[in-house]
Amino acid sequence: MAEKYVGQRVKRTEDPRLIQGLGHYVDDIKLADMLHVAFLRSMYAHARITSIDTSEALHAPGVVAVYTGQDVSSKIGQVPCGAALPDLKVPDHRVLATDKVYFVGHPIAAVVATDRYAARDAIDLIIVDYEELPAVIDVEGAASNSTVIHEHFGDNIAYKLTAGEGDIEAALASADHVVKQRLVHQRLAPIAMEPRGVLARYLPGEKELTLWSSTQIPHLMRTQVAIMLGIPENKLRVIAPEVGGGFGSKLNVYAEEALLGWIAMQLARPVKWIETRRENIQATIHGRGQVGYIEIGCKNDGTITGLRYNVFADMGAYHQLLTPAIPTLTGLMLSGCYKIPAIQMNTTAVFTNKMATDAYRGAGRPEATHVIERAMDMVAAKLKMDPVEVRRRNFPTPEEFPFKTATGLFYDSGNYVGALDKALEMADYSKLRKDQAAARKDGKIIGVGVSTYVEICAIGPSAATPAGGWESATVRVEPTGKVTVLTGASPHGQGQETSFAQIAADALGVDLNDIAVVHGDTAIVQYGIGTFGSRATAVGGTALVLALEELTKKATRFAAHLLEAEPESLQFEDGKFSTDGKSVSIQEVALAAHLARNIPADMDPGLSATRFFEPKNFTFPFGTHIVVSEIDRDTGDVKLTKYVAVDDCGKVINPMLVEGQIHGGIVQSIGQALYEELVYDDQGQLVTGTLMDYAVPKAAMIPWLELDRTETPSPVNPLGVKGVGEAGTIGATPAIVNSIVDALSPFGITHLDMPLRPELLWKIVNNAG
Amino acid sequence: MKKAISVTVNGVVHHQDVEPRLLLVHLLRDVLNLTGTHIGCETSICGACTVIIDGQAVKSCTILAVQADGASVTTIEGLGTEANLHPVQEGFWEHHGLQCGYCTPGMIMAGAQLLDRISSPTADQIRHGLEGNLCRCTGYQNIVEAIQYAASKAK
Repeated sequence: MAEKYVGQRVKRTEDPRLIQGLGHYVDDIKLADMLHVAFLRSMYAHARITSIDTSEALHAPGVVAVYTGQDVSSKIGQVPCGAALPDLKVPDHRVLATDKVYFVGHPIAAVVATDRYAARDAIDLIIVDYEELPAVIDVEGAASNSTVIHEHFGDNIAYKLTAGEGDIEAALASADHVVKQRLVHQRLAPIAMEPRGVLARYLPGEKELTLWSSTQIPHLMRTQVAIMLGIPENKLRVIAPEVGGGFGSKLNVYAEEALLGWIAMQLARPVKWIETRRENIQATIHGRGQVGYIEIGCKNDGTITGLRYNVFADMGAYHQLLTPAIPTLTGLMLSGCYKIPAIQMNTTAVFTNKMATDAYRGAGRPEATHVIERAMDMVAAKLKMDPVEVRRRNFPTPEEFPFKTATGLFYDSGNYVGALDKALEMADYSKLRKDQAAARKDGKIIGVGVSTYVEICAIGPSAATPAGGWESATVRVEPTGKVTVLTGASPHGQGQETSFAQIAADALGVDLNDIAVVHGDTAIVQYGIGTFGSRATAVGGTALVLALEELTKKATRFAAHLLEAEPESLQFEDGKFSTDGKSVSIQEVALAAHLARNIPADMDPGLSATRFFEPKNFTFPFGTHIVVSEIDRDTGDVKLTKYVAVDDCGKVINPMLVEGQIHGGIVQSIGQALYEELVYDDQGQLVTGTLMDYAVPKAAMIPWLELDRTETPSPVNPLGVKGVGEAGTIGATPAIVNSIVDALSPFGITHLDMPLRPELLWKIVNNAG
Repeated sequence: MKKAISVTVNGVVHHQDVEPRLLLVHLLRDVLNLTGTHIGCETSICGACTVIIDGQAVKSCTILAVQADGASVTTIEGLGTEANLHPVQEGFWEHHGLQCGYCTPGMIMAGAQLLDRISSPTADQIRHGLEGNLCRCTGYQNIVEAIQYAASKAK
């Protein structure tokens, strides 16, 4: 196969519609007779509902129906939790609150009206009497809090889990030094720019329900919503139209998705709900939310002997799809890119009166990377060694792969020194250190931070995932020679309509523009798993490669028949099968296969292939990020004056798309490191409930990002790709925080918790406590 | 109590009777079916709903339709066509200035209006000029390059 497109900076085929505003997100789809839904949500974090009066709302202009928890709780099944852990407590999670509300934003009632203004107006006419209860907010205190959120559980502990291998006690006892640190991973809001939205249509004659939802997992959602509604799965069609970003927040099955379907069935009219940003921050999953205690042992030469991480993980009030599983990903990745003989993670997962946490870009791995990368810097500070040197001393060599960690993983391939050295050279690290020393003499507050990270991608083998870790692909060459690719992945900004077309175009020797990549419609596309966990190319792309191979084999046999030759004698190049001066194009073969007048007797007509790829292992991308920061003494403001990132995501299909993923990920990390934090007050009020308070980074806050790559192919899949969607959010935060702690080391600072806002830094610099 | 207004959108005059509280963005999206203008927040922070009104970049989610009475509005649908893209649209395509595409129409409108004010902006001027527009996917770097491309192309 000639690589004409793969590896090239091919412009996206998605873009023409999007730059003209001609894409169709959920709210852009309108159906005749469509009604609009608005939700009444709890204003309290924890309260008993003593009464709900909807009578006035029901009579408001334009209102068609009002539903409360009493109306639906026996009709619609639980909001699903897909994670399975020993002794996991799973609260009964109904689509609308019944007797109690558990977090600010908890949906209580749904109003259906003829337009969105009328629906929203009627919300204010519903009268709810609450008996307010004390709220459980503090993550560390939740386990012993006398207020129990789900009373029948007896306490607020969702589960406890000890993971890791090696004798941690002996490992820490054998260390020359044990460095300890408490560390907070603040709650974050994913903030996809398109909020969630659902449009539901029920056809009573056909008994068919269609849900258009802004989701990353149309097939998984179909299965779960069919179960929730008690309808046959083959009578439910889920369509993920244009989806305006997800970052894990749409890797879920939400109450609103099932409820809208149910309402459409009740009323036999299409119903639409579009989340407001306020609802999005209150009631779409949150990310991170861990408070942990690190103990890391080291020898005087910098060799790490062991790592223990005791962590309180904030589940929120309920489990969403993967909530309890997220901290387990932290546990898997605690070894970072280092040889650590003993690792132990003790998790206490707790319920609090907040929205559920779940998979936000990185999903447990940014926490792990932050733990180990902060720990490596603290070890370096303790030993008065260069942080780069401490890292280098503990790397496995490229020859040690597959590399087994004390967390039970086998890293597929890696060259950590290679990425580190390249980044050091790009940043001119030794000069940076000299410049820093000189600047300090001039009274400047300058720091240099390094992070060498590894992450786990291409999720993943089915045995390690709740719902199947494989992916699917179908390739068809239509009678006219146009190629259709159906992928079970569900891209929402990643650009797989382009990158998968690149793969198919090279394999079949056809023009890129002759390929249509179709996804996100369960009535058209064979079952698939979806797009998350940096898996679409490594798993879905591989399924595509397998399907292309099978299709090419079929086409070869058709071609051989047409050319009256043996299949083995045929050459396939640039879309042409040839032998002995005779040739036939794949387009001609496709037509012949469909006309079926002259095909081998033992072959079915048509030219298509469907394959499912089950990966044998995860992939492990890695890299080095280096940051220089400068703190303004007068304002406490941080300027990132240099940002160098060298990432290795294996082979690359489209470098432009890879860079885009890295850029976006780093900037979300800058958000976490410096600005973003979901703040609940001690009564459980969400005080960062709009984009005026929740500080998503703007263009002027971001430095120029200098990127480069090393390329260590993954042996796990034939493409050699690893995945890149989450690398930026995993690798960048510790580099930024390390640079600022480094800048403030003359002030006696050894650790700071995110976000590192100007106020915090100004107080340190100006000794104002 | 509806109010009669007359708004020119992408060169077409529309006479509409609207509720006084109807937001301009809902007039564009729900009444005129111009769904390229998106809604990403309700606090005038994200800029997904940015349109150009009489030469100014305006967030159409925080202006009432009645306030646009008599005005001339350009939305993303009126900026260019596939055969004749506006230089900023072309820049976004050339430089991978978009991923999910949701902030893109607002970002392009803000970028186009920025170039109307400053024909050759520095990277810093572009970044500050886009302070009213949030993107969660791209990290902004390629958007800066897209607008620089458009600036050089327009010369």
